[in-house]
Amino acid sequence: MLNDQDRIFNNIYGLRPTTLDGAKALGDWDSTKALVLKGRDWIIAECKAASLRGRGGAGFPTALKWTFMPKVPDGRPHFLVINADEGEPGTCKDREILRNEPHKLIEGALLTAVALGANASYCYVRGEFYREAEALQRAVDEAYDAKLIGKDACGSGYAFDFYVHRGAGAYICGEETALIESLEGKKGMPRLKPPFPANAGVFGCPTTVNNVETVSVVPAILKRGPAWFAGLGRPNNTGTKLFCISGHVNRPCTVEDSMSVPLKELIERHAGGVRGGWDNLLAIIPGGSSVPMIPKSVCETVLMDFDSLVQAKSGLGTGAVMVMDKSTDLVKAIARLSKFYMHESCGQCTPCREGTGWLYRMMKRMVTGDARVEEIDLLEEVSRQIEGHTICAHGDASAWPIQGLIRHFRPEMERRIAERRSRTLAA
Amino acid sequence: MSDTQTQTAFAFTSENLTRAAAIIAKYPEDYHASAVLPLLHLAQKQNAGWLPQHVIDYVADFLKMPRIRVYEVATFYTMFNLKPVGKHHVQVCTSLPCWLRGSEAIVATCRESLGVDLGETTADGKFTLSEVECLCACVNAPIVQIGNDYFEDLDPDRLRGILAALKAGQSVKPGPQIGRKGGEPMEGLTTLTDEKAVLAPKWRKDDPRAGGA
Repeated sequence: MLNDQDRIFNNIYGLRPTTLDGAKALGDWDSTKALVLKGRDWIIAECKAASLRGRGGAGFPTALKWTFMPKVPDGRPHFLVINADEGEPGTCKDREILRNEPHKLIEGALLTAVALGANASYCYVRGEFYREAEALQRAVDEAYDAKLIGKDACGSGYAFDFYVHRGAGAYICGEETALIESLEGKKGMPRLKPPFPANAGVFGCPTTVNNVETVSVVPAILKRGPAWFAGLGRPNNTGTKLFCISGHVNRPCTVEDSMSVPLKELIERHAGGVRGGWDNLLAIIPGGSSVPMIPKSVCETVLMDFDSLVQAKSGLGTGAVMVMDKSTDLVKAIARLSKFYMHESCGQCTPCREGTGWLYRMMKRMVTGDARVEEIDLLEEVSRQIEGHTICAHGDASAWPIQGLIRHFRPEMERRIAERRSRTLAA
Repeated sequence: MSDTQTQTAFAFTSENLTRAAAIIAKYPEDYHASAVLPLLHLAQKQNAGWLPQHVIDYVADFLKMPRIRVYEVATFYTMFNLKPVGKHHVQVCTSLPCWLRGSEAIVATCRESLGVDLGETTADGKFTLSEVECLCACVNAPIVQIGNDYFEDLDPDRLRGILAALKAGQSVKPGPQIGRKGGEPMEGLTTLTDEKAVLAPKWRKDDPRAGGA
């Protein structure tokens, strides 16, 4: 278990002042100038040595992503875009950073910008987070007033601007190229790649999009050292992680713990355990709505990290743990997610636009058992036709929850179909 | 997006003109279109919470964008209301984490307290009830967003109290309704209890500040 000494987000609940003075008292903006002066290559090397992987869901190595930016400037400015379009059902960690730890984010943005050769950053905050965007803007104003950012950030001679940009209610804008489109004032439709954002991102300029949590842990890595960060968790799954534990637990909460913490320990230690006791557990969606669920048997031993959850045919995703006890109608739960993916499909690619609606209609029939057993296979097959056949991962994300349901709870789906059939015959 | 409303002239107030100029200044000179979402938000706020076509046209002309591009945007994003909304826009989250914590009862309470169905506005124009997708405050589920504020950790009784207060024109306290500040666990913190450790994060041994600031 993680000691308080090793926690990065020491004001994640906002129980202490979230102002600049409050943040400074907790170690933010401590000697940032010295870190900026260490320069681009040093920052990248340190985060590489820390094995930092992106916290937004895909888990891509962060320092490697940074190296995709052009080394030699060609006259175009570079941009850091921060993805605060938190929208994945179950996830509410970036919200806590935006409203309670905004200075960690802004300090991290400055250091990340140095690593990218960027002088400006846009933070794209989901539109519904009105109060959170306000809190962030207050912190940005404080940082400008204190000359921590601006023409001469922290007195380092490095120019850095931070802009808050609000979205307007579209889950798909959390996809990095859709986010870029939206930031340019268009519909949030993902772009075909290549060109990748590092070559032509926002305003046609080299751009890196990083998640709020990823950016916010950068100062801690540089201050406490990559060896410290890499010493938490397991190799390739290093550092700390914010977990959001929701659903059928006694005390739902967001908490920072070590990467690779056992799922069972995470729930029992921080969330007061599963409602009705551990044996009342049915299944858990461990990483936000897009990852497949895992049944109780897997939950017993699985570790909360990228590799362990992939091995369990699921994923760490955003670290959003949705707990479902035995009272849950799992088929209905997944049908609800299918409705979500249908609602949020941008409509650009046919397999996703048509497929998500088809999946939802099929799932609605599965809820009542108004189907034939063979249709379970058809459902699986169609989900595989969507997966991997679209520009962005929205299609995949709509398919995986259903595949997880069929993988682990097919007997329940068959039982419903048989039950309805016998009822119909009796009538 | 036919506009059946009587077209009345719309223009930003002088305060909003100042705000609009500050917003546009955030983006590179050739990319005024980037300001379209913030300006539509601003226009919607000024226009009683919704965007009739002539207001969208105003924003398009203001940014020198083809109107069709702004129609595309206004219809793509769910936060832009293309029909009038009540003074209080009650948006119930029914996504999975809220559903697991009883959002069905929350929806029922809204219906019964307001006397309207999802997607409808009360006759007195005070409340509009909508269903929304995940608001991402899931550890505080179930949640309702009213205007710009989240009301969290609800149950039917607490929600009834909030709606009754709004009906009576009283102020209500947003955030969690069960005596916690935010996303921390109830009944005692499980982390951040070691005051000394929290207040003084340790620096590395090979301190990069050496020779620096």
